[in-house]
Amino acid sequence: MKRLLILGAGTAGTMVANKLRPRLDEREWNITIVDQNETHYYQPGFLFLPFGGYTREELERPKRNFMPAGVDLVMGEIDLVEADDNQVKLVDGTVLQYDYLVIASGTSPRPDETPGLDGDEWYKTVFDFYTIDGAEALAHKLETWEGGRLALNVIEMPIKCPVAPLEFLFLAEAFFAERGMADVVELVYVTPLADAFTKPVAARYLGDMLKDRKIALETDFMLEQVDSENHKLISYDEREVEYDLLVTIPVNMGADFVQRSGLGDELNHVPVDKHNFLSTQYDNIFALGDAAALPTSKAGSVAHFAVELFTENFLDYIEGLPMREQFDGHANCFIESGRGKGMLIDFNYDTEPLPGKYPLPGIGPFSLLTETEANHWGKVMFKWMYWNILLPGRQMPLPALMSMAGKIQEEVG
Amino acid sequence: MPVATIAGADVAIDAEGFMTDSEQWTEEVGVFLAEQIGVELSERHWEVIRFVREDYKAQGETPTLRRVSTIGGVPTKELFQLFPKKPAKKMSYVAGVPKPKGCV
Repeated sequence: MKRLLILGAGTAGTMVANKLRPRLDEREWNITIVDQNETHYYQPGFLFLPFGGYTREELERPKRNFMPAGVDLVMGEIDLVEADDNQVKLVDGTVLQYDYLVIASGTSPRPDETPGLDGDEWYKTVFDFYTIDGAEALAHKLETWEGGRLALNVIEMPIKCPVAPLEFLFLAEAFFAERGMADVVELVYVTPLADAFTKPVAARYLGDMLKDRKIALETDFMLEQVDSENHKLISYDEREVEYDLLVTIPVNMGADFVQRSGLGDELNHVPVDKHNFLSTQYDNIFALGDAAALPTSKAGSVAHFAVELFTENFLDYIEGLPMREQFDGHANCFIESGRGKGMLIDFNYDTEPLPGKYPLPGIGPFSLLTETEANHWGKVMFKWMYWNILLPGRQMPLPALMSMAGKIQEEVG
Repeated sequence: MPVATIAGADVAIDAEGFMTDSEQWTEEVGVFLAEQIGVELSERHWEVIRFVREDYKAQGETPTLRRVSTIGGVPTKELFQLFPKKPAKKMSYVAGVPKPKGCV
């Protein structure tokens, strides 16, 4: 009996289990998946929670519901991958052997990495929204907040879903305008980047959208510490930004067991071949989704495209054949812009987000880098697709590799 | 691609002056580039430059500030003192490796 062991039953791990179970003979292959939490969260929904968009119940499902028959789900905390012995130790002493290992343990916000961040003011005047608890606490805060200066701070890249901070600001601007608070709320985006976003064409579009909404932009701000008592962000080059309410996107790091096992980089992400996800250290270990150190966005869409290619490659690989599929870093992200509209961006390792139509050239129905109501509805419908098509490993009608069809090239000015 | 003559050698650079071929770098070139941005190189600067170059050679990518502090052992605060304002850009400029890509 051969053993495929998957660490993490999140978006990537669950999809791998669902894609591979029907294609690996149950008489020859055991598939085991390990996780320490019973609940699967629809993470894209966290963004809407602070503004009353969803409730907690709408965003959670038991992980077990997404496991196909014939996959063993083990609940436990991972202690160590002993890669030289092809085994994984759990904290409770269980030892799981494997022939092939998939690390899909994600990345998570670490407020304790930044001095002053998670002290006495945590969930009083300082909030995150990338966790269900943080998003919910912020929703309660905003119900009674009387206004002031709201600073949104990205501490360090890379982060999960790199467009979510901008979406948060767009939604916040619309939320406060609707409540008649536009005059008493000042929004400021404090980022370590030199611009509103990482890629030039999209940065220009998004930068203009911030300006239109009178959202201030503080760039090249490398946060050293938070003086939470005096409500100040302090950078390494000794600049200060004052706030009344801080919404932070903490440093994101991969799981600690990755580091303990000697498989991680400086942020506990697993170095892999960016075209096929094979570990740079071991030829029977892969890393997928946010857990992998890839030069593309940490996002569910990337995990989805990656898992599709990985599935085909893995079936060849275990037969000793070369991996034919080459991942291109394809990502696409809906960007909520407030007032019932949204944008869409589609890009990969080599091509930055460009304007145009998606997925059908000239037709859409979605518009790239342009605010439309159709894009907003695409994002709303995506929740249903996530639970019912994506996680169960059914085929999505989207190509895994990026296409230039429908995209309009433009000069960066 | 523009070419600059530095310390008697031809060096390929990009539009912002970052070297595009790290193999053309020598310590003399490093000293010249540091002067261009007003940095006088101490032994601690050289430690950083050597780490950046070795890491670039091994990984094929310009290291981030976090990487230089975690793996290279020079705290971020000190990197800001050695290469004021924009250490990530400045240390890669002097070390003759490509401008850091920023992130994704």
